[in-house]
Amino acid sequence: MITKFTTLLAAGALALGASFATAHAAETVKVGVLHSLSGTMAISETSLRDVLLFTFDEINAKGGILGKKIEPVVVDGASNWPLFAEKAKQLLEQDKVAVTFGCWTSVSRKSVLPVYEKNNGLLFYPVQYEGEEESQNVAYTAEAVNQQATPAVDYYLAEGKKKFYLLGTDYVYPQTTNLVLLEYLLSKGVKLENIGGGFKRDESGKIIAAGKYTPFSHTDYQQIIAEIKQFAASGDACVISTLNGDTNVPFFKEYAAAGLTAEKCPVVSFSISEDEFRGLPAKQLVGQLGCWTYFQSINTPANKKFVADFQAWLKTTKAPGVVKEGRVTCSPMVLSYVGVYLWKAAVEKAGSFDVDKVRAAYKTGLSFDGPGGKVTTQKNMHVTKNVFIGETKADGQFKIVKSFDNVYGEPWLKGQFKAK
Amino acid sequence: MSAPTTRRIEFIAVAVIATLLIVVFPLLNSTGVISNFTLNLWGKYLCYALLAISVDLLWGYTGLLSLGQALFFSLGGYMLGMHLMRMIGDLGQYRKPIPDFLIFLGWTELPTFWKPFSSFPFAAAMVILLPGLVALIFGFLAFRSRIKGVYFSILTQALTYGGSLMFFRNDMLMGGNNGFTDYKFLLGADVRDASTQRALFIATAVTLVLVYLGCSWLSRTKLGLIQRAIRDGENRVLFSGYAAAGFKLFIFVVAALIASVGGALYVPQVGIINPSEMTPDKSLEAVVWVAVGGRGTLVGPVVGAIVVNALKSWATRAYPDLWLFFLGGMFIIVVLFLPGGIVSIPVRIKTWWARRAAANAATSAPVAP
Repeated sequence: MITKFTTLLAAGALALGASFATAHAAETVKVGVLHSLSGTMAISETSLRDVLLFTFDEINAKGGILGKKIEPVVVDGASNWPLFAEKAKQLLEQDKVAVTFGCWTSVSRKSVLPVYEKNNGLLFYPVQYEGEEESQNVAYTAEAVNQQATPAVDYYLAEGKKKFYLLGTDYVYPQTTNLVLLEYLLSKGVKLENIGGGFKRDESGKIIAAGKYTPFSHTDYQQIIAEIKQFAASGDACVISTLNGDTNVPFFKEYAAAGLTAEKCPVVSFSISEDEFRGLPAKQLVGQLGCWTYFQSINTPANKKFVADFQAWLKTTKAPGVVKEGRVTCSPMVLSYVGVYLWKAAVEKAGSFDVDKVRAAYKTGLSFDGPGGKVTTQKNMHVTKNVFIGETKADGQFKIVKSFDNVYGEPWLKGQFKAK
Repeated sequence: MSAPTTRRIEFIAVAVIATLLIVVFPLLNSTGVISNFTLNLWGKYLCYALLAISVDLLWGYTGLLSLGQALFFSLGGYMLGMHLMRMIGDLGQYRKPIPDFLIFLGWTELPTFWKPFSSFPFAAAMVILLPGLVALIFGFLAFRSRIKGVYFSILTQALTYGGSLMFFRNDMLMGGNNGFTDYKFLLGADVRDASTQRALFIATAVTLVLVYLGCSWLSRTKLGLIQRAIRDGENRVLFSGYAAAGFKLFIFVVAALIASVGGALYVPQVGIINPSEMTPDKSLEAVVWVAVGGRGTLVGPVVGAIVVNALKSWATRAYPDLWLFFLGGMFIIVVLFLPGGIVSIPVRIKTWWARRAAANAATSAPVAP
């Protein structure tokens, strides 16, 4: 009797749930937004949340995707890596989102990766990263090392620089980038003694780490800058910086105080975009270089429209927690924006929201004309895009000095460049 | 209510909750009533409850506010994590038989200290031994020098901060900032399978019940009495002829082991351990759970850990922009109006009720003939 009753109840609940689900699904498709809205990463990641909401509104205003409106499910990863994994599980198993846009740090991506692989979900990852990864469940719209670091070296070489100083924060992205750069520099005929920052060798004498590393939130750069000053005395040196976050403030302060300038020894940073200048004093960085696949100063109608639309959206949006004043656009934001449109293109090509079908469609080389120019998807889940090098201006914007068109995103670079 | 009756009520309550956790919830999960996600989430809360008990054992029962419990929790996690990393085999990104991060650091062979972690019994033993040894050495030095009060808190906070800085370094060969992730197998079972997660949940629930009963027993022994005496007046304990340092050291090591086992159970359930888990703010979070639940009781920390974390899980989804205000508001309310924590609510209601009844009786008294 009891079992009969429970079965009946369960069946009833199921039918009810199913009818709700179908009625609901006809109108919207759930999309996850997994960024840190609190904690140390919030300053960077909330901007990505904002631009994603803007993109969804833009798409919804034009009728959505396959006739369905996007229903964002925003969660807060709170800069807490186990919480990222929990929220990813929630998005996939409870909310059953069709796709997730999220993560900034490598560790947060590594934390959620097993969850996406286990549940066969799809994550769009928009921030420059170290490569050495190629999951079928992650669409890397992010800059690979050869879409940021190696073009910067090309630029320096063309400028006649002979000596390169490698400096970074001690974690996976800088360490990997610098190892790739070491191989790249040697392949371009730069001598080992002209690469600064030091090396670490294993017992056999093979170099296993290149460059100088400081911990997160490091503040004392006096000694390192003295070393750079000596290194740069010949006048043909430059610095490649993978320093992350707030350590850039004491570094550039000390750099300027030591009398080093962009003319004497330029620094190219891979972690400072327009958005970072909301919290960084741009004055000390004037003339220093940035390298991204997008700058707000790109002078095309598509970008001007994007910037204007985003600013207009900021004024009218009622989304909670969106800062409205002093906003800029930057590369990770545009790669988030582009990611949504590439996903939309893949869904429309597949005619379905099913992850396997969307992935298959995504790999066929879809293109989207974004604010930074044309972006094309690749078989290896990365994207081909344009790369720009810009000089920092006092207002926190960049003056574009060089661009590379249609650079192929290559995640596996270690051991690719052979020394001459 | 006499003491034996309270004991009986407590016993019944523990028995009911234990059956629910160990038998009923997993059964409901295997039949699909409780989702894998929910069970997994509760597994995590129960691990946090173990951490909270370890904080309360020191803070609530012995008067030692340790801000270093996150270190022991993480060390336990790291020890089991090392074994889990070995069990990935050659299924990592590089398809090599050693963990990915070692390859990225240029290693082609396993470093010597990693080798024994291929054995589960060794890793399990290390979960006990390493944090136990760290607690023993640190506790011995701290208590022998009679460090107490706020100085003890600062020192334990420095200990866990030092630990996190050490583990952040890539040279440490413990995965640096990214720590350990992407586990595949534990004791031959796929860690990501629902059945494995269920087994881990049961293991956590059993551990929690045993730890609860153990601590409850401990608090009724003579040692428990001395423990509370140290909290309430350490000098008197000293002058009564007891060597307080030895007792404190014992409790400190026991608390470290409880935290460590909690951490070891936590890691395969959440799928990541990295050095940010041993930063001082994680220890502070655990102190907050204890304060919210009710310190100086054994139920309090468990209730606090579950309530605060469940609230966090819910609010980071429902109110991603405002949840910190919710939690902050809750802590302020508890500190201002409920110093005894959530578990003191029934007692407060009872006293309020009794006072009201007494007041009513008083006002109605003169009317009587």
